[in-house]
Amino acid sequence: MKITRSEVEHVARLARLELSDSELDTFTGQMDGILAYVEKLNALDTEGIVPTSHAVPMENAFRPDQPADSIGVEAALANAPLRAESFFRVPKVIE
Amino acid sequence: MEIFDLTIHELHEKLAAKEVSSVEATRAMLERIEAVDGQVNAYITVTPEQALVEAEAADRRIAAGDVAPLTGIPVGLKDIFITKGVRTTCGSRILENFVPPYDGTAVAKLKEQGAVIVGKLNQDEFAMGSSNESSYFGPVKNPWNLECTPGGSSGGSAAAIAARTATATLGTDTGGSIRQPASHCSCVGLKPTYGRVSRYGVIAYASSLDQVGPLTRDVTDAALLLGAVAGHDPKDSTSVNTPVPDYVAGLAAGVKGLKIGLPKQYFIEGLDPDVKRAMDEAIALYKSLGAELREVSLPHTEYAVATYYLIATAEASSNLARYDGVRFGHRAEDARGLKEMFAKTRAEGFGPEVKRRIMLGTYALSSGYYDAYYVKAQKVRTLIMQDFLNAFNEVDVLLTPIAPTPPFKIGEKLADPLQMYLSDIFTIPVNLAGTCGISIPAGFSAAGLPIGLQLIGKPFGEASILSTAYAFERETQWHLKKAPL
Repeated sequence: MKITRSEVEHVARLARLELSDSELDTFTGQMDGILAYVEKLNALDTEGIVPTSHAVPMENAFRPDQPADSIGVEAALANAPLRAESFFRVPKVIE
Repeated sequence: MEIFDLTIHELHEKLAAKEVSSVEATRAMLERIEAVDGQVNAYITVTPEQALVEAEAADRRIAAGDVAPLTGIPVGLKDIFITKGVRTTCGSRILENFVPPYDGTAVAKLKEQGAVIVGKLNQDEFAMGSSNESSYFGPVKNPWNLECTPGGSSGGSAAAIAARTATATLGTDTGGSIRQPASHCSCVGLKPTYGRVSRYGVIAYASSLDQVGPLTRDVTDAALLLGAVAGHDPKDSTSVNTPVPDYVAGLAAGVKGLKIGLPKQYFIEGLDPDVKRAMDEAIALYKSLGAELREVSLPHTEYAVATYYLIATAEASSNLARYDGVRFGHRAEDARGLKEMFAKTRAEGFGPEVKRRIMLGTYALSSGYYDAYYVKAQKVRTLIMQDFLNAFNEVDVLLTPIAPTPPFKIGEKLADPLQMYLSDIFTIPVNLAGTCGISIPAGFSAAGLPIGLQLIGKPFGEASILSTAYAFERETQWHLKKAPL
C-alpha cells in the first residue's frame, strides 16, 4: 500500500507536528519504504493469537491509599516556559 | 595502572583498604574526561563540583567503615535518567534546559550506596537510534576508531567505558540499546528482564520494551551494578516483586553440563565473516568447558524488526505527546494560539529521527490502521515470545551474535533508516519477549573493531547469563584490551 503525501500531512496534524515541505517529501518516501517492509507481517496467520501488550503478565498494581507529600507548586512550575502566579501560561486557546 | 582503568571491584578494594580515596579517584576521572572527551563526545553534562562533594561524603562514609560495593565509585548516567538539580536532556533540544525536581529510583539507589555521579552521557535523541547520530548534542565517536559510531542509543554510556571516562555507567535498552553499543565498544552490557529494574524517573520511549541496565568493564561489575539497581519499586507499577539474587555470588557456577542453544535464524548467510569467526571461536570455547551446544529454532525471528518498529513507534508517539511546550522544555515563540504553539514547539524541539518515529507511530495507531498494524504487531509479538519459551524448554541459555557487522562508519547508514533499523535484528527479539540478554567482548575484526557475543536467558535468568558470561571472560583476554586513546 502506497502512502501519499496528503496522508502524511494528515498524520502530521494528528501528531501536532509542523513539517516543512522538504520534510513531508522525505517522510513520505521513508514511511512508504518502512510500511512496505512491515507488510511482511501479513504473511503470518495470526487468527486466534492473543495480542501481547506487556511482556510480564501482571494484575493491577495497587499501593496503599495514603496521602503523601507531592513535589509542591514551586518545583512543579520551576521548568515552566512561562508562568503567571501559580499557573502555566499559554497562548490564547479560543481562536 | 591508572585509577581510571580500574573496574568497580578493583577500585572498591582499594577504597576499602584506604589505598586511594574517592576524591582521588573522582579527580582522576574528571581529569581523564577533560583530557579525552573532546575527541569522544560521550558526555552531555559533566558535574565536577557535585561529584567532588559526593566523593568527600563517600570518603567520610568509608572512614566510618560503611563501604558498599559502589561507595565512592565514579559512575556516569545516560542522560535519560532524571537527576535532581542536574539538567537532563535525553539528547534532545526540547529538553535542553530541563532540570528535574527529583531523582529516579535507579539513581536514588546508586546515591544510597554512595556512588559518585560524574556526569550525564550522550545518547540518541529519546533513545531512538542505533548509532548515536541522532543526538542534538552531536554524535559520539567510537574510542576504538573515531570515524566509527559507538552504536546506540546508549552510545555515550558504552564509549565512556571504552574511553575510561567512567568506571561504570547505566543505560537503557529498548531494542538493543545497551547490548549493541556495548558490543561496538568492547564492554559488557546487560539488558535485564522487563520489570527487574524500576523505570521510575527514566524518560519513557517505548514503555513495554524499555529496561534499565549496566554497562561495565567486566562481568563481575555488571553483576554488582545490576544488584545495586534491581528490585521492586512501588513507584513503578510494571516493576516485578520478586527477590534479587546475589548475582556476584553466583558468577563462578561454571558451564559444565549447561545446555546452550544456537538459534539457526541468527547464523544466517550475510553475517560478517569476522563476526562469524568470533562466534565459532566462542562456541568452541564453551564446548571445551563442558557445555552442551545444540541448534534451536526461533522461527519468527525475521518478523521481529517489523513488529518492533510498529510497537515501539506507537508507544513513542503516545509517550512523546507530553512534549508540547506547556509545562517544561522548549517552547516556540510567536505562536498564534495553542495548537500552533504545540506544532511549532515540537517541530523545533525534535530532530528528524524522533519526528519520523512519531509519524510512524501516529499512523499505526490512527483510525483505520490500528488493527492492521498495531494489533497485528502485538499478535506477532506473542508468537515471538512463544518461540523463546519453546527454546527455553530445550536449553538453558541462547548464544547469538549481537550485530550482523562490526561498528560502521559515522554517516554510513543515515540516509536509509530501514537499513539502520535492520542493524538491530539480533537484539530486538529479546525486548519483544521481555527476557534478558548480555553482550560481552568476544574479539576484534581484522580492522581492529570490537565484536560482541550475546547470551540470552530465561525471564529473570540474569544469574544464569552472568555466570555463562563469566566462564567465557575467565578464559579470554578480550575485556582487558584498551582502546587506543
